[in-house]
Amino acid sequence: MLKNFFPNKILSINHQLINGLIILMIFIILFGLAYSLFLSPEDYIQGDSVRIMYVHVPSSFIALGIFALIGTGSILNLIFKIKIMPLITKSLAPIGSIFTLISIVTGSLWGKPTWGIWWVWDARLTSMLILLFFYLSYVLTWKFIKNFEKANKISSIIGIVGLINLPVIKYSVDWWNTLHQPSSITLTSAPTIHHTMLVPLLIMLAGMIVYSLIVFLMKYKTELIKFKLNKNKKK
Amino acid sequence: MLNKRVKSRIFFLSFFFFIAVLIIFFTLKSLQDNVVYFFSPTEIHNKSEISFNKKIRIGGLVKMGSINKEGNMINFIITDLKNEIAVSYSGLLPNLFSEGKGVVAEGKLNDKKYFIANKILAKHDENYMPPEVSKVLEKSN
Repeated sequence: MLKNFFPNKILSINHQLINGLIILMIFIILFGLAYSLFLSPEDYIQGDSVRIMYVHVPSSFIALGIFALIGTGSILNLIFKIKIMPLITKSLAPIGSIFTLISIVTGSLWGKPTWGIWWVWDARLTSMLILLFFYLSYVLTWKFIKNFEKANKISSIIGIVGLINLPVIKYSVDWWNTLHQPSSITLTSAPTIHHTMLVPLLIMLAGMIVYSLIVFLMKYKTELIKFKLNKNKKK
Repeated sequence: MLNKRVKSRIFFLSFFFFIAVLIIFFTLKSLQDNVVYFFSPTEIHNKSEISFNKKIRIGGLVKMGSINKEGNMINFIITDLKNEIAVSYSGLLPNLFSEGKGVVAEGKLNDKKYFIANKILAKHDENYMPPEVSKVLEKSN
Protein backbone atom coordinates (compact mmCIF):
# COMPACT_ATOMS: atom_id res chain seq x y z
CA MET A 1 0.00 0.00 0.00
CA LEU A 2 2.89 2.34 0.72
CA LYS A 3 3.83 1.90 -2.92
CA ASN A 4 0.86 4.09 -3.80
CA PHE A 5 2.63 7.03 -2.23
CA PHE A 6 5.70 6.65 -4.38
CA PRO A 7 6.18 9.45 -6.93
CA ASN A 8 5.19 7.67 -10.15
CA LYS A 9 1.92 6.15 -8.96
CA ILE A 10 0.69 9.17 -7.05
CA LEU A 11 0.96 11.49 -10.04
CA SER A 12 -1.14 9.22 -12.21
CA ILE A 13 -4.01 8.35 -9.87
CA ASN A 14 -4.36 11.82 -8.51
CA HIS A 15 -6.40 13.44 -11.27
CA GLN A 16 -9.45 11.19 -11.28
CA LEU A 17 -9.14 10.51 -7.57
CA ILE A 18 -9.26 14.21 -6.69
CA ASN A 19 -12.25 14.89 -8.92
CA GLY A 20 -14.08 11.90 -7.48
CA LEU A 21 -13.32 13.04 -3.96
CA ILE A 22 -14.56 16.56 -4.72
CA ILE A 23 -17.90 15.25 -5.89
CA LEU A 24 -18.14 12.96 -2.84
CA MET A 25 -17.32 15.86 -0.54
CA ILE A 26 -19.94 18.13 -2.08
CA PHE A 27 -22.64 15.51 -1.54
CA ILE A 28 -21.63 14.78 2.04
CA ILE A 29 -21.31 18.45 3.00
CA LEU A 30 -24.60 19.45 1.39
CA PHE A 31 -26.38 16.62 3.19
CA GLY A 32 -24.57 17.45 6.42
CA LEU A 33 -25.46 21.14 6.22
CA ALA A 34 -29.11 20.43 5.47
CA TYR A 35 -29.23 18.07 8.43
CA SER A 36 -27.31 20.42 10.76
CA LEU A 37 -29.14 23.61 9.88
CA PHE A 38 -32.69 22.39 9.30
CA LEU A 39 -33.44 18.78 10.12
CA SER A 40 -31.75 18.50 13.52
CA PRO A 41 -33.49 19.78 16.66
CA GLU A 42 -32.52 22.82 18.68
CA ASP A 43 -30.80 22.27 22.01
CA TYR A 44 -32.84 22.26 25.22
CA ILE A 45 -30.63 25.01 26.70
CA GLN A 46 -28.88 26.74 23.82
CA GLY A 47 -31.63 26.74 21.23
CA ASP A 48 -30.46 27.28 17.67
CA SER A 49 -27.05 28.66 18.62
CA VAL A 50 -25.95 25.05 19.17
CA ARG A 51 -25.76 24.63 15.38
CA ILE A 52 -22.29 26.20 15.28
CA MET A 53 -21.22 22.96 16.98
CA TYR A 54 -21.62 21.13 13.67
CA VAL A 55 -18.68 23.10 12.25
CA HIS A 56 -16.74 23.78 15.45
CA VAL A 57 -16.41 20.20 16.76
CA PRO A 58 -15.35 18.48 13.50
CA SER A 59 -12.81 21.27 12.84
CA SER A 60 -11.31 20.74 16.29
CA PHE A 61 -11.09 16.96 15.79
CA ILE A 62 -9.40 17.42 12.42
CA ALA A 63 -7.00 20.09 13.71
CA LEU A 64 -5.79 17.75 16.46
CA GLY A 65 -5.82 14.64 14.29
CA ILE A 66 -3.73 16.21 11.55
CA PHE A 67 -1.14 17.47 14.02
CA ALA A 68 -0.95 13.97 15.51
CA LEU A 69 -0.13 12.73 12.00
CA ILE A 70 2.45 15.48 11.50
CA GLY A 71 4.05 14.70 14.87
CA THR A 72 4.15 10.97 14.20
CA GLY A 73 5.54 11.59 10.73
CA SER A 74 8.20 13.87 12.22
CA ILE A 75 9.27 11.13 14.63
CA LEU A 76 9.50 8.57 11.81
CA ASN A 77 11.34 11.16 9.75
CA LEU A 78 14.01 11.85 12.35
CA ILE A 79 14.50 8.20 13.25
CA PHE A 80 14.21 6.38 9.92
CA LYS A 81 14.80 9.22 7.46
CA ILE A 82 12.11 8.12 4.98
CA LYS A 83 12.46 10.36 1.97
CA ILE A 84 8.79 11.13 1.27
CA MET A 85 7.83 11.65 4.94
CA PRO A 86 8.65 15.38 5.05
CA LEU A 87 6.65 15.84 1.85
CA ILE A 88 3.63 14.21 3.49
CA THR A 89 3.83 16.21 6.70
CA LYS A 90 4.55 19.41 4.79
CA SER A 91 1.37 18.84 2.77
CA LEU A 92 -0.74 18.18 5.85
CA ALA A 93 0.25 21.33 7.72
CA PRO A 94 -1.66 24.03 5.79
CA ILE A 95 -5.08 22.36 5.97
CA GLY A 96 -4.46 21.54 9.64
CA SER A 97 -3.70 25.20 10.35
CA ILE A 98 -6.88 26.29 8.58
CA PHE A 99 -9.04 23.94 10.63
CA THR A 100 -7.38 25.10 13.86
CA LEU A 101 -8.24 28.66 12.89
CA ILE A 102 -11.81 27.66 12.01
CA SER A 103 -12.12 25.91 15.36
CA ILE A 104 -10.98 29.00 17.25
CA VAL A 105 -13.15 31.44 15.27
CA THR A 106 -16.32 29.31 15.36
CA GLY A 107 -15.69 28.61 19.03
CA SER A 108 -15.50 32.32 19.67
CA LEU A 109 -18.73 32.94 17.74
CA TRP A 110 -20.37 30.21 19.82
CA GLY A 111 -18.99 31.54 23.10
CA LYS A 112 -20.46 35.01 22.84
CA PRO A 113 -24.16 34.03 22.86
CA THR A 114 -23.72 31.11 25.27
CA TRP A 115 -20.99 32.03 27.77
CA GLY A 116 -21.34 35.77 27.29
CA ILE A 117 -17.76 36.34 26.18
CA TRP A 118 -15.73 35.99 22.92
CA TRP A 119 -12.55 34.62 24.50
CA VAL A 120 -11.14 33.50 27.83
CA TRP A 121 -7.66 32.35 28.73
CA ASP A 122 -8.76 29.01 30.11
CA ALA A 123 -6.71 25.86 29.55
CA ARG A 124 -8.68 24.55 26.56
CA LEU A 125 -8.76 27.78 24.56
CA THR A 126 -5.18 28.72 25.40
CA SER A 127 -3.81 25.31 24.43
CA MET A 128 -5.71 25.48 21.10
CA LEU A 129 -4.10 28.85 20.43
CA ILE A 130 -0.72 27.27 21.21
CA LEU A 131 -1.56 24.55 18.67
CA LEU A 132 -2.16 27.29 16.10
CA PHE A 133 1.27 28.74 16.88
CA PHE A 134 2.87 25.32 16.42
CA TYR A 135 1.12 24.89 13.07
CA LEU A 136 2.18 28.36 11.90
CA SER A 137 5.79 27.78 12.99
CA TYR A 138 5.75 24.51 11.08
CA VAL A 139 4.43 26.07 7.88
CA LEU A 140 6.69 29.13 8.09
CA THR A 141 9.77 26.97 8.71
CA TRP A 142 9.27 25.26 5.38
CA LYS A 143 8.48 28.56 3.70
CA PHE A 144 11.46 30.58 4.87
CA ILE A 145 14.29 28.09 5.29
CA LYS A 146 15.62 27.41 1.84
CA ASN A 147 17.81 24.41 2.62
CA PHE A 148 15.61 21.30 2.50
CA GLU A 149 17.48 19.26 5.10
CA LYS A 150 17.67 22.15 7.57
CA ALA A 151 13.97 22.94 7.17
CA ASN A 152 13.22 19.25 7.56
CA LYS A 153 15.12 18.96 10.85
CA ILE A 154 13.70 22.14 12.39
CA SER A 155 10.12 21.42 11.33
CA SER A 156 10.38 17.84 12.62
CA ILE A 157 11.43 19.14 16.03
CA ILE A 158 8.50 21.55 16.01
CA GLY A 159 6.19 18.65 15.13
CA ILE A 160 7.54 16.42 17.89
CA VAL A 161 7.49 19.06 20.65
CA GLY A 162 4.00 20.04 19.52
CA LEU A 163 2.83 16.48 20.16
CA ILE A 164 3.09 17.16 23.89
CA ASN A 165 0.44 19.86 23.49
CA LEU A 166 -2.11 17.39 22.13
CA PRO A 167 -2.93 15.48 25.35
CA VAL A 168 -2.89 18.85 27.15
CA ILE A 169 -5.59 20.10 24.77
CA LYS A 170 -7.63 16.93 25.03
CA TYR A 171 -7.54 16.58 28.82
CA SER A 172 -7.44 20.29 29.68
CA VAL A 173 -11.15 20.20 30.48
CA ASP A 174 -10.64 17.27 32.87
CA TRP A 175 -7.36 18.28 34.55
CA TRP A 176 -8.30 21.88 35.36
CA ASN A 177 -11.37 24.00 35.96
CA THR A 178 -12.18 25.52 32.58
CA LEU A 179 -15.02 27.56 31.16
CA HIS A 180 -15.10 25.19 28.18
CA GLN A 181 -17.31 22.22 28.95
CA PRO A 182 -15.99 18.63 29.27
CA SER A 183 -15.90 16.33 26.22
CA SER A 184 -19.23 15.03 24.99
CA ILE A 185 -17.67 12.35 22.79
CA THR A 186 -15.04 10.17 24.41
CA LEU A 187 -13.46 6.81 23.69
CA THR A 188 -14.40 5.39 27.08
CA SER A 189 -18.00 6.40 27.76
CA ALA A 190 -21.28 6.84 25.92
CA PRO A 191 -21.73 10.16 24.10
CA THR A 192 -23.67 12.82 25.97
CA ILE A 193 -25.05 14.13 22.69
CA HIS A 194 -28.49 12.92 21.67
CA HIS A 195 -28.39 10.82 18.51
CA THR A 196 -30.43 13.34 16.52
CA MET A 197 -27.53 15.74 17.00
CA LEU A 198 -24.68 13.24 16.91
CA VAL A 199 -25.55 11.99 13.42
CA PRO A 200 -25.27 15.37 11.62
CA LEU A 201 -22.07 16.02 13.58
CA LEU A 202 -20.52 12.80 12.26
CA ILE A 203 -21.70 13.57 8.71
CA MET A 204 -20.06 16.99 8.83
CA LEU A 205 -16.91 15.35 10.24
CA ALA A 206 -16.83 12.89 7.34
CA GLY A 207 -17.28 15.68 4.79
CA MET A 208 -14.56 17.81 6.34
CA ILE A 209 -12.18 14.83 6.43
CA VAL A 210 -12.74 14.28 2.70
CA TYR A 211 -12.07 17.98 2.15
CA SER A 212 -8.80 17.72 4.11
CA LEU A 213 -7.81 14.71 2.03
CA ILE A 214 -8.45 16.64 -1.20
CA VAL A 215 -6.35 19.62 -0.11
CA PHE A 216 -3.62 17.28 1.15
CA LEU A 217 -3.46 15.35 -2.12
CA MET A 218 -3.30 18.54 -4.19
CA LYS A 219 -0.43 19.92 -2.14
CA TYR A 220 1.33 16.54 -1.99
CA LYS A 221 1.26 16.32 -5.77
CA THR A 222 2.91 19.75 -6.02
CA GLU A 223 5.54 18.83 -3.43
CA LEU A 224 6.38 15.62 -5.28
CA ILE A 225 6.87 17.51 -8.55
CA LYS A 226 9.12 20.07 -6.82
CA PHE A 227 11.07 17.27 -5.15
CA LYS A 228 11.63 15.43 -8.42
CA LEU A 229 12.67 18.63 -10.20
CA ASN A 230 15.22 19.41 -7.51
CA LYS A 231 16.57 15.89 -7.63
CA ASN A 232 17.04 16.15 -11.40
CA LYS A 233 18.69 19.53 -11.08
CA LYS A 234 21.27 18.13 -8.68
CA LYS A 235 22.09 15.30 -11.10
CA MET B 1 16.36 -1.58 9.73
CA LEU B 2 17.17 -1.17 13.42
CA ASN B 3 20.89 -0.61 12.95
CA LYS B 4 23.12 1.19 15.40
CA ARG B 5 22.51 4.66 13.93
CA VAL B 6 18.76 4.28 14.02
CA LYS B 7 18.91 2.93 17.56
CA SER B 8 20.99 5.88 18.77
CA ARG B 9 18.58 8.31 17.10
CA ILE B 10 15.65 6.64 18.85
CA PHE B 11 17.49 6.89 22.15
CA PHE B 12 18.33 10.59 21.84
CA LEU B 13 14.87 11.47 20.59
CA SER B 14 13.16 9.64 23.45
CA PHE B 15 15.52 11.24 25.95
CA PHE B 16 14.87 14.80 24.77
CA PHE B 17 11.16 14.14 24.44
CA PHE B 18 11.08 12.85 28.02
CA ILE B 19 12.93 15.92 29.27
CA ALA B 20 10.52 18.21 27.38
CA VAL B 21 7.53 16.44 28.92
CA LEU B 22 9.05 16.84 32.40
CA ILE B 23 9.69 20.54 31.86
CA ILE B 24 6.15 21.15 30.64
CA PHE B 25 4.67 19.05 33.45
CA PHE B 26 6.50 20.96 36.18
CA THR B 27 5.79 24.32 34.55
CA LEU B 28 2.07 23.62 34.43
CA LYS B 29 2.08 22.25 37.97
CA SER B 30 3.77 25.32 39.41
CA LEU B 31 1.47 27.63 37.47
CA GLN B 32 -1.52 25.71 38.83
CA ASP B 33 -3.40 28.69 40.20
CA ASN B 34 -3.06 30.57 36.93
CA VAL B 35 -3.99 27.65 34.68
CA VAL B 36 -7.31 26.97 36.38
CA TYR B 37 -9.93 29.34 35.11
CA PHE B 38 -11.91 29.45 38.35
CA PHE B 39 -12.05 28.01 41.85
CA SER B 40 -14.97 26.05 43.20
CA PRO B 41 -16.49 27.12 46.54
CA THR B 42 -14.87 24.08 48.19
CA GLU B 43 -11.45 25.05 46.81
CA ILE B 44 -11.91 28.57 48.19
CA HIS B 45 -13.01 27.09 51.53
CA ASN B 46 -9.88 24.93 51.71
CA LYS B 47 -7.43 27.52 50.48
CA SER B 48 -4.94 28.57 53.14
CA GLU B 49 -3.75 31.81 51.56
CA ILE B 50 -6.25 34.09 49.89
CA SER B 51 -5.76 37.78 49.31
CA PHE B 52 -9.13 39.36 49.71
CA ASN B 53 -8.57 42.16 47.28
CA LYS B 54 -7.23 40.27 44.30
CA LYS B 55 -9.29 39.57 41.18
CA ILE B 56 -10.44 35.98 41.36
CA ARG B 57 -12.98 33.73 39.67
CA ILE B 58 -15.44 31.38 41.29
CA GLY B 59 -17.43 28.75 39.41
CA GLY B 60 -20.17 26.30 40.23
CA LEU B 61 -23.92 25.96 39.98
CA VAL B 62 -26.45 28.66 40.77
CA LYS B 63 -28.26 27.31 43.80
CA MET B 64 -31.93 26.65 43.11
CA GLY B 65 -34.16 29.37 44.54
CA SER B 66 -31.25 31.61 45.49
CA ILE B 67 -31.61 34.30 42.81
CA ASN B 68 -32.77 37.55 44.39
CA LYS B 69 -33.13 40.77 42.35
CA GLU B 70 -33.16 44.11 44.17
CA GLY B 71 -33.34 46.89 41.62
CA ASN B 72 -29.95 47.02 39.90
CA MET B 73 -28.34 44.37 42.04
CA ILE B 74 -28.74 40.64 41.80
CA ASN B 75 -27.81 38.29 44.65
CA PHE B 76 -27.45 34.57 44.30
CA ILE B 77 -25.48 31.65 45.71
CA ILE B 78 -22.83 29.62 43.90
CA THR B 79 -22.69 26.05 45.12
CA ASP B 80 -20.67 22.95 44.28
CA LEU B 81 -23.05 20.84 46.33
CA LYS B 82 -20.55 20.80 49.21
CA ASN B 83 -19.84 24.47 49.92
CA GLU B 84 -21.48 27.77 49.01
CA ILE B 85 -20.52 31.36 48.40
CA ALA B 86 -22.95 34.25 48.20
CA VAL B 87 -22.46 36.54 45.21
CA SER B 88 -23.76 39.98 44.47
CA TYR B 89 -23.55 41.63 41.06
CA SER B 90 -24.97 44.52 39.12
CA GLY B 91 -24.78 44.54 35.34
CA LEU B 92 -25.69 42.49 32.30
CA LEU B 93 -26.33 38.80 32.62
CA PRO B 94 -25.68 36.27 29.85
CA ASN B 95 -28.73 34.59 28.31
CA LEU B 96 -27.93 31.17 29.69
CA PHE B 97 -27.67 32.35 33.30
CA SER B 98 -30.35 30.58 35.35
CA GLU B 99 -30.95 28.59 38.51
CA GLY B 100 -29.50 25.10 38.61
CA LYS B 101 -27.12 25.89 35.75
CA GLY B 102 -23.39 26.54 35.69
CA VAL B 103 -21.90 29.99 36.26
CA VAL B 104 -18.46 31.60 36.55
CA ALA B 105 -18.23 34.87 38.46
CA GLU B 106 -15.22 37.18 38.29
CA GLY B 107 -14.57 39.75 41.00
CA LYS B 108 -13.26 40.11 44.54
CA LEU B 109 -13.82 38.12 47.70
CA ASN B 110 -15.06 40.06 50.69
CA ASP B 111 -14.51 37.06 52.93
CA LYS B 112 -14.72 33.33 52.37
CA LYS B 113 -18.51 33.48 52.28
CA TYR B 114 -19.25 36.60 50.30
CA PHE B 115 -18.14 37.61 46.80
CA ILE B 116 -18.67 40.79 44.82
CA ALA B 117 -18.67 40.06 41.12
CA ASN B 118 -18.00 42.48 38.28
CA LYS B 119 -18.51 39.93 35.50
CA ILE B 120 -20.79 36.91 35.18
CA LEU B 121 -20.34 34.15 32.60
CA ALA B 122 -22.69 31.26 31.99
CA LYS B 123 -21.14 27.80 31.87
CA HIS B 124 -22.98 24.99 30.15
CA ASP B 125 -22.33 21.28 30.51
CA GLU B 126 -21.53 18.65 27.91
CA ASN B 127 -25.09 17.39 27.45
CA TYR B 128 -26.88 18.16 24.23
CA MET B 129 -30.45 17.10 23.57
CA PRO B 130 -33.70 18.34 22.04
CA PRO B 131 -36.17 20.08 24.38
CA GLU B 132 -38.67 17.16 24.15
CA VAL B 133 -36.07 14.69 25.39
CA SER B 134 -35.12 16.88 28.33
CA LYS B 135 -38.79 17.19 29.33
CA VAL B 136 -39.11 13.39 29.29
CA LEU B 137 -35.97 13.10 31.44
CA GLU B 138 -37.28 15.68 33.91
CA LYS B 139 -40.57 13.81 34.26
CA SER B 140 -38.85 10.51 34.92
CA ASN B 141 -36.72 12.16 37.64
